Amino acid sequence: MSDQPIVEVRDLRKTFSVKHAGGVSTLHALSGVNFEIMRGETLGLVGESGSGKTTAGRILVGLVPAGSGSVRLFGHDITGADGKVQLAKVRTRLQFVFQDPYASLNPRMRIGSAIAEPLDIAGGLSRKDRNDRVAELLDLVGLPKTSIDRYPHEFSGGQRQRIVIARALALNPEFVVCDEPVSALDVSMQAQIVNLLLDLQDRLGLSYLFIAHDLAVVRAVSTRVAVMYAGSIVETAPKSQIYSDPQHPYSRALLDAVPRADPDYVRHPVVSGEVPSLLDPPPGCSFHPRCPFAFERCRVEVPILKESGPDRRVACHLFA
Amino acid sequence: MAVPLLSIRNLTVQFRVDTGWVTAIDDVSLDVGTGDCVGVVGESGSGKSVTALSVLQLHDRVTTRMPSGSILYQGDDLLRAKGSTMRRIRGSEIAMIFQDPMSSLNPVLTVADQISETLRQHQGLTGAAARKRVIELLGLVRIPDAARRADDYPHRLSGGMRQRVMIAMAIACKPRLLIADEPTTALDVTIQAQILELLRDLRRELSMSVMLISHDLGVIAEFAQRVVVMYAGRVVEDAPVTQLFRRPVHPYTMGLIAAVPALDSDAPRLTTIAGRIPGPQEIIPGCRFSPRCALVLQGCREEPPSMQMVSDGQSARCPPRIQVLDVRHV
Amino acid sequence: MTDVGIGAPATAAAIAAPRGHGTLRRLLRHRSFLIGFTIIALLAILALLAPLIAPVDPSAMRVRFRFRPPQAAFWFGTDQFGRDIFTRVLYGTRISLFVGFAVCVVSGLCSAILGVIAAQFRRLDSAIMRLMDALMSFPAILLALGIAAALGPRVSSVIIALTVAYIPAGVRIVRAAALTVREMDYVQAAQVSGASSLRIVLRHILPNCFSPLLVHLTFIFAYAMLAEAALSFLGVGIQPPIASWGNIIAEGRDYATQAWWVMLFPGIAISLAALSLNLLGDALGDMLDPRLKGGE
Repeated sequence: MSDQPIVEVRDLRKTFSVKHAGGVSTLHALSGVNFEIMRGETLGLVGESGSGKTTAGRILVGLVPAGSGSVRLFGHDITGADGKVQLAKVRTRLQFVFQDPYASLNPRMRIGSAIAEPLDIAGGLSRKDRNDRVAELLDLVGLPKTSIDRYPHEFSGGQRQRIVIARALALNPEFVVCDEPVSALDVSMQAQIVNLLLDLQDRLGLSYLFIAHDLAVVRAVSTRVAVMYAGSIVETAPKSQIYSDPQHPYSRALLDAVPRADPDYVRHPVVSGEVPSLLDPPPGCSFHPRCPFAFERCRVEVPILKESGPDRRVACHLFA
Repeated sequence: MAVPLLSIRNLTVQFRVDTGWVTAIDDVSLDVGTGDCVGVVGESGSGKSVTALSVLQLHDRVTTRMPSGSILYQGDDLLRAKGSTMRRIRGSEIAMIFQDPMSSLNPVLTVADQISETLRQHQGLTGAAARKRVIELLGLVRIPDAARRADDYPHRLSGGMRQRVMIAMAIACKPRLLIADEPTTALDVTIQAQILELLRDLRRELSMSVMLISHDLGVIAEFAQRVVVMYAGRVVEDAPVTQLFRRPVHPYTMGLIAAVPALDSDAPRLTTIAGRIPGPQEIIPGCRFSPRCALVLQGCREEPPSMQMVSDGQSARCPPRIQVLDVRHV
Repeated sequence: MTDVGIGAPATAAAIAAPRGHGTLRRLLRHRSFLIGFTIIALLAILALLAPLIAPVDPSAMRVRFRFRPPQAAFWFGTDQFGRDIFTRVLYGTRISLFVGFAVCVVSGLCSAILGVIAAQFRRLDSAIMRLMDALMSFPAILLALGIAAALGPRVSSVIIALTVAYIPAGVRIVRAAALTVREMDYVQAAQVSGASSLRIVLRHILPNCFSPLLVHLTFIFAYAMLAEAALSFLGVGIQPPIASWGNIIAEGRDYATQAWWVMLFPGIAISLAALSLNLLGDALGDMLDPRLKGGE
């Protein structure tokens, strides 16, 4: 592990304009997000709908332009004036794995062509080298070589996700954003895909940003975990600590909410209320309307993500 | 024991495809007693939703047939019930909620309009009486500011609120049985926890029986008293919840429990079940789980196993395992 | 966040979704497709072989056989000049199918290009769509009538007129499909890999807009045949002595009471062709319906 982070996100903000009957409103998808990812590391980015986790992931691979703030990938700032040029330089070093394996493969494209697509776009490979590489990738993700001439609908969700992963790995990326890659899969398939991602990380030295909507799967894959709520990161910590000692009340609520496969488990009281509207976020800490520990300061002052222990940070006035 | 509220006996459901009929569920039996909470758990293609839809006969009649079995509700076979009887039972005796609350709500009607429609149909309530009951029901499902929310259209509500409205509609006529088909799958985790808590409270307050369909063993473990595990159209295990998690008998149940990512373990890899879920058209001789089973024996691939009693209240479709367990217990 | 797929109510359609195996094989099992396809294929063969099958020349006037009702020698009877109606309907089939097919191909190509451009290059979208709206604000047949009248009575002008009249509907269909497809994750995956707009259009968007366009074009085929008949009937279409279904009817109009067969048989031919094309279109629509296609 080198000291330079391969991904460095600083004060990333993003708003979307939402048209509705009464005019146009501004949706605050990301309001000042900071994180970095070191080589070989997996950052688990956890949050519920509206937390901004998917937007953050998409900005990282250039699918969504950043609003303000900066994103540096391998030292190249993709958010500056020449962002597109900088992004093009690192394009082949990053990839994205989508949530829905049914939507992420073109139904009219054979598996071989789908996996070869990044190779074809990059160009420069002979026909034979290209086909060899496709066969090698299929092997890497545990699919038979006969899959090449078949169409996506002949595969189950779990197999499709393997195909999507093979495609993502075609150009030997160093960093892969995985946007809820197992959320749409059956339990028995989830475990297979998670293990595959872990094996690939070991073999190829990949770094991941692993986006998830609950804390369960993240435990198995992450080195560090960042919890997001309503467009901000509320806590980051090494994996072991976020589970044994969550600091932010939302992290705790999120952890408590995961249903345990244990009939004797006694559940903590469930957090009340819902995620605030991002069109009209509450003043102060965005979690304060639901927080059992909220006090006056939480209602007026936005908490900043601050050091709260070795290698961990929390955005909560309780830890000020 | 008295007659169970709902008793599905040896039910087989088939769907028509180009090439003939495929069996979606095969020889499914399960009971829901009065006041019981039964969880039906399985992955895609297990037939858990098909089983639920069969109870209310919500399948398309042209493309579905049920060549054998019966669905006894308080002793009467629903498969032989008249259309008018079924309509009365749907909603007022047995209610159902689904995974996607948005597509279950009519977007052009307000919340109050939709709930009062049910009240008018089944209880003859109209006007102010209906409105009063609507607000009461919305309060019952813990919707804050119920009087104002009643006049909202569904698109103004969050996913969690919509599911609460669906639940309010389902319990409007005080049904004796609520079938909840993946009621929290589309929701965020904290909202899921809220909805499960609500369902748990309502079950007690209204003394309803609940049949909860879910792919999530965590949800099942927290909610159900009895669990029916389905795999590829068949029931593979049926047991009280504690017994199922403490001493699973069927290798599939064992695998499923092991595959749930744990929040308190730092194991470097998750436990997996090898192979993949078979499609409905795939013909697998013998036990349908045998191609993926770690404990498979030669006989498993030949003879389709039958459900056998393991101990009081627990049965499984895996004779070799049961034999092993018996020997050990002697 | 939604868990896509898991535990979605397993409807009969979803379970019944065939996995694998081509659309073609399923089409051949579809009854209305078979009926529609057979009739159209038969008409096409008859049209191609018209010179071999036809008993006489379509324009041959034999005054002594005027107004003969259907009989062994003249299957469909004869008209006021003693021309054989069977022969004329047979030759009319050539014109009708050719016009229908040509309109399909040309308007299909234009719709695909314009629709995809509108969807992919958002700056051109409003310009293209406003133009289409303007064209659509005229009834198609009136628009075609005007264009055909302006270009003069020729087969080519009928084809141009009908193509222009039917492009807007096609463009809308392609654009709507393309707008859906371009939001799909596989398009975004290609973008992440640095794919150019052109590549995305050719490899991802166009192939996935093909099904709805194809279904639409079978209906356009039928409409175009009907419209050609109407234009010819109104005198701005195919001019006598060339036979088309429309102008046979137009010519027979004055003698409708004494020689009903002159109008009846081309009328039946028009209905039959339109009906079978509609069957074909419905069947294609069924078959290509994503809900019936499982994972697709």
